[in-house]
Amino acid sequence: MKISNDYIKQRLSEKFAGTQIDFTETYGMLSFVAPKDMNLKVLNFLFDDEELKFRFLTDICAVHYPDQKGKELAVVYHLHNLEDNVRIRFKIFTDINQPDVYTATGLFSAANWMERETYDFYGVNFIGHPNLKRILNVDEMDYFPLRKEYPLEDQSRVDKDDEMFGRGGTIGFGTEKTDHGTLVEMDKNNEGDEII
Amino acid sequence: MSEQHIKLPEGSIEKTTTTLNLGPTHPATHGVFQNILELDGERIVSAEQTIGYIHRAFEKIAERRPLYQITPLTDRLNYCSSPINNMGWHLTCEKLLGVKTPKRVDYLRVIIMELARIADHLICNSIVGVDSGAYTGFLYVMQYRELIYEIWEEVCGSRLTTNIGRIGGFERNFNDIAFQKLEKFLKEYPKVLEEFENLFTRNRIFMERLIGAGPISAERALNYGFTGPNLRAAGVDYDVRVHSPYSSYEDFKFDIPVGTTGDCYDRFLVRNQEMWQSLSIIEQAYQKVQEFKGAEAEVYHADVPEYYLPPKQDVYTKMEALIWHFKIIMGEIEMPPGEVYSSVEGANGEVGYYLISDGGRTPYRLHFRRPGFIYYQAFEELTKGAMLSDAIIVMSSLNLIAGEVDA
Repeated sequence: MKISNDYIKQRLSEKFAGTQIDFTETYGMLSFVAPKDMNLKVLNFLFDDEELKFRFLTDICAVHYPDQKGKELAVVYHLHNLEDNVRIRFKIFTDINQPDVYTATGLFSAANWMERETYDFYGVNFIGHPNLKRILNVDEMDYFPLRKEYPLEDQSRVDKDDEMFGRGGTIGFGTEKTDHGTLVEMDKNNEGDEII
Repeated sequence: MSEQHIKLPEGSIEKTTTTLNLGPTHPATHGVFQNILELDGERIVSAEQTIGYIHRAFEKIAERRPLYQITPLTDRLNYCSSPINNMGWHLTCEKLLGVKTPKRVDYLRVIIMELARIADHLICNSIVGVDSGAYTGFLYVMQYRELIYEIWEEVCGSRLTTNIGRIGGFERNFNDIAFQKLEKFLKEYPKVLEEFENLFTRNRIFMERLIGAGPISAERALNYGFTGPNLRAAGVDYDVRVHSPYSSYEDFKFDIPVGTTGDCYDRFLVRNQEMWQSLSIIEQAYQKVQEFKGAEAEVYHADVPEYYLPPKQDVYTKMEALIWHFKIIMGEIEMPPGEVYSSVEGANGEVGYYLISDGGRTPYRLHFRRPGFIYYQAFEELTKGAMLSDAIIVMSSLNLIAGEVDA
């Protein structure tokens, strides 16, 4: 029996009737947001229920939204029901000053390294994780590199001239929030180039 | 002979296990990752992995690059079968943008992806042979792997990190030489694969080394997030090509080989069988491609003016083509906002791409779901209580590729 997104929505709303769950559907996949303290309850419900059977953890990652104050870090779980071939995305938001999230390693052994990677890149502290150390970066690193405030390149280098070859400085790619526009856009007062 | 006793200081603990550093630079590890093994004699008590030696910050770089510039990053994930990663990325972009590719493009993509699967499984299986002491198989099949590289070279120009295909199709039509090389491969390779199988499959020493090494049960494998041949060797027939068909895989007839115990021997056999199935898929796809005649045989990309560069003669003569060319190269195309997760069946398992776009020119967040990263966690459980030589065999039969583990 193929369970539909509406059925999953209905079961979740019934089971967690008191809490606010926001549902959206993007490109065919149901995606919902729940309060972060309920993450284990939701994951256990999706795992144990005999009709929902979301017993395969596809991925855990995090996203940083610096503009949403109080809910900057999102932890995203992708789950998969292999028998009925249904995927679902479960997001929780947490404050960046206190990014504590309960670990899913008790339920899925796959969550072990996925949560370490999320901690390494974003600083999400998984409570109860057996070995929460950095996994891909050096242990001595004291910042969380994938957060939006950290630039892509190491700013302490003095030997690279980024003005050449259209990189960095006043010319660059990126969205308006994370990077500058093209040279023409930056030059709003029509001053032209500075001749050195 | 009388015994000599060493007086240790008060309170010191005598170690009963040896720590062995199966370090990042080691001829038996395929890529740079480290295992710190605690050995009791020759039996492994515990294994701790250190990875990140080839971490190249792809996810951060991708936040600064327009979509077509991210394809070279995906090449370098699983570099033994880079076309599969490229095609997976193009499929993700096409899902986000709502592009539908013509059938001929789909069939050509299937040919390229299955060739990549054969290339990856060839490396994995022949290296399992090398690690158990048989070098000949590896060198013999490498000659036919060269043929695969030459086919990719005809299409895209590169052999290893191919950057093959574009959003909507391919950068150029497959020329006659590419098809001739494909025919040569299809004619000569089956005999080679049979010889390779004869060399290893019923070889007494090989079987004794591999049977029982690193077994895993189906529930543990599913709990660990295994996908691909490692999961199928444990008995679960999950294959993304069949479960969520992409690129017209539903038009092909093929079987999914499944093992029982999930040990190294089953993984070896599953990969061999998958190579036979891939050969059959390539033959079917080639036949279907040859059925297109006339104008349909010249189709090699979908009509996506915002992401596919127009032909140069149009750029020099028509206004719209000139504008699109400029906008694409200068990176001024804005993506529709949305979140999409799309996956393909890579040679090691499900390669997933989670792309979040906020309507800008570059992704807001791109995350790669890398199968190698996920199943390397299980290494300790697979080798607990096994001998040191089994650890080497388990590592190579899992097909760990450092580029995929670290990204």
